[in-house]
Amino acid sequence: MAHTLIEKYKGQLLATVLMAGVLSVLVVMLGVYFWNDIKANVFLYSVIKILVIVVPLLLAVAYLTFAERKVIGYMQLRIGHNRVGPRGWLQPIADAMKLLFKEIVIPTNSNRFLFLIAPMISIAPALAAWAVLPFTDTLVLANIDASLLYILALTSMGVYGVIIAGWASNSKYAFLGAMRSAAQIVSYEIAMGFALVGVLIAGGSLNLVDIVQAQQGSVLHWFWLPLLPLFLVYFISGVAETNRAPFDVSEGESEIVAGFHVEYSGMAFAVFFLAEYANMILIAALAALMFLGGWLSPFEGILPDEFLATGITGLVFGSGVHWLFAKTSLMLLFFLWFRATFPRYRYDQIMRLGWKVFIPITIVWLVIEGAAVVANVGPWFD
Amino acid sequence: MDFERFIFYVFAAILIFAAARVITVRNPVHAALHLVLAFFTCSALWLLLEAEFLAITLVLVYVGAVMVLFLFVVMMLDINTSPLREGFIRYLPLGLGVAALIVMEMYLVVRARNFGVDSVTIPARHPEGYSNVREIGSVLYTDYVYPFEIASVILLVAIIAAIALTMRKRPETKSQNPAEQVAVKARDRVRVVEMKAEEKQ
Repeated sequence: MAHTLIEKYKGQLLATVLMAGVLSVLVVMLGVYFWNDIKANVFLYSVIKILVIVVPLLLAVAYLTFAERKVIGYMQLRIGHNRVGPRGWLQPIADAMKLLFKEIVIPTNSNRFLFLIAPMISIAPALAAWAVLPFTDTLVLANIDASLLYILALTSMGVYGVIIAGWASNSKYAFLGAMRSAAQIVSYEIAMGFALVGVLIAGGSLNLVDIVQAQQGSVLHWFWLPLLPLFLVYFISGVAETNRAPFDVSEGESEIVAGFHVEYSGMAFAVFFLAEYANMILIAALAALMFLGGWLSPFEGILPDEFLATGITGLVFGSGVHWLFAKTSLMLLFFLWFRATFPRYRYDQIMRLGWKVFIPITIVWLVIEGAAVVANVGPWFD
Repeated sequence: MDFERFIFYVFAAILIFAAARVITVRNPVHAALHLVLAFFTCSALWLLLEAEFLAITLVLVYVGAVMVLFLFVVMMLDINTSPLREGFIRYLPLGLGVAALIVMEMYLVVRARNFGVDSVTIPARHPEGYSNVREIGSVLYTDYVYPFEIASVILLVAIIAAIALTMRKRPETKSQNPAEQVAVKARDRVRVVEMKAEEKQ
């Protein structure tokens, strides 16, 4: 069926693809030709820089959903998607198309304005946080002093999307999901904030570029070693904060159908997923920056310096943005792995873990870290 | 009018609108959401003053934590507003008196002599490399160290008081003890009884 349709509209399809190609080449050529003028215009230049970050981010989100289904598929001895496009690579595009053309159903007696603004509120902070995320020490959209604080403030805003969605839906399941999510996110944010306090003590700055540069030296200089408990607490709190399994009680499909987004359909539903996956990538990238040395090469201190600094070997093994991507991907794999491995936590266990385990651990480790800073311990706190 | 002033007036207008809506809307959830908007625009105004630490902390603490709990409570409550409006005329004189008192007090504190354009110097632009966080830290832990410590102790007392007020053991509440759950053995739950198979008659 699909094949006959493609045969039938082959001409139109080819023409569309050709036109899109020609148009994009034209736009790029214009951009290159007027590059100096564009660079002089601060507004236009900033918009282009934002697009250069956001468009690949959204593509990464689309393919993270694909990777998730593939990885979990292989973990459960299945193949996963392999029908749309070569090896199923076009599956996320097909999903996006499907959701775009679906109807957005608005429940009766729901608050229409809040119902529609909730997905936007959840995606806006997830994207805005990327403004201060450094890719290398020079490649950063806005290198502000308080970038760590900015990210913490913005990630704490994401919960409003969930709460407002749950309340505006005028549905009991959605409301229960929203309440669970609100309590959970507020609890885990405290542990997360304390973990970040540990990072800023070790890095001596609130600026993410400075924090990564403070980890220079070797793999043992990265903050995962001196801050190991905080690293674990941060990452687990990050999983809880993004409402991912095993902390996904706000969706909890076996108990409350789909939680806060049970009444959503079409693109409004998809935007919640965009926000969730963008937040996952953000948490993974932050963990890579703060604890795993960001763009620093793991071969520092092992291979000779001139080998890492010059030529092709420097490009591959030296510090660079590819290491940040590799570390972020590793952390993202953990997100998927958790989902395939662990059963969902019971709600009281989540609260217990957050308040009675994580917060005491972070406070104790902050005291130890403070003592280490005063005593100038090791290569980290001197 | 330069761009910065334009931004200021836009945010100021939003702030006044949101603050007015907080006390005029009927639905308490809408009022709380307008309060969130007011905090957020206020933080934007502080950013214009180059007070980025305070601005981000306002969003982090009030928008990210306090208002979430506020919304949580307001959404759970089913507030019926009609009995609240019954005694409107009866309490009007008293309300007007209190309002007049507050207006007078505010006039004494925030009048033009204290906060006018003449009495407040225009904040100067800071040079590049100026760190708002470092400035606040150095002032907070030197000049204002005693008020700062006293405030933190008061907050700690408030935390302990809140926990002490709500932590009362009631006999009818049931809760799990995870330590006991983990320590349980098979023989505590199941008893294997050995008995003869029934004989054929």
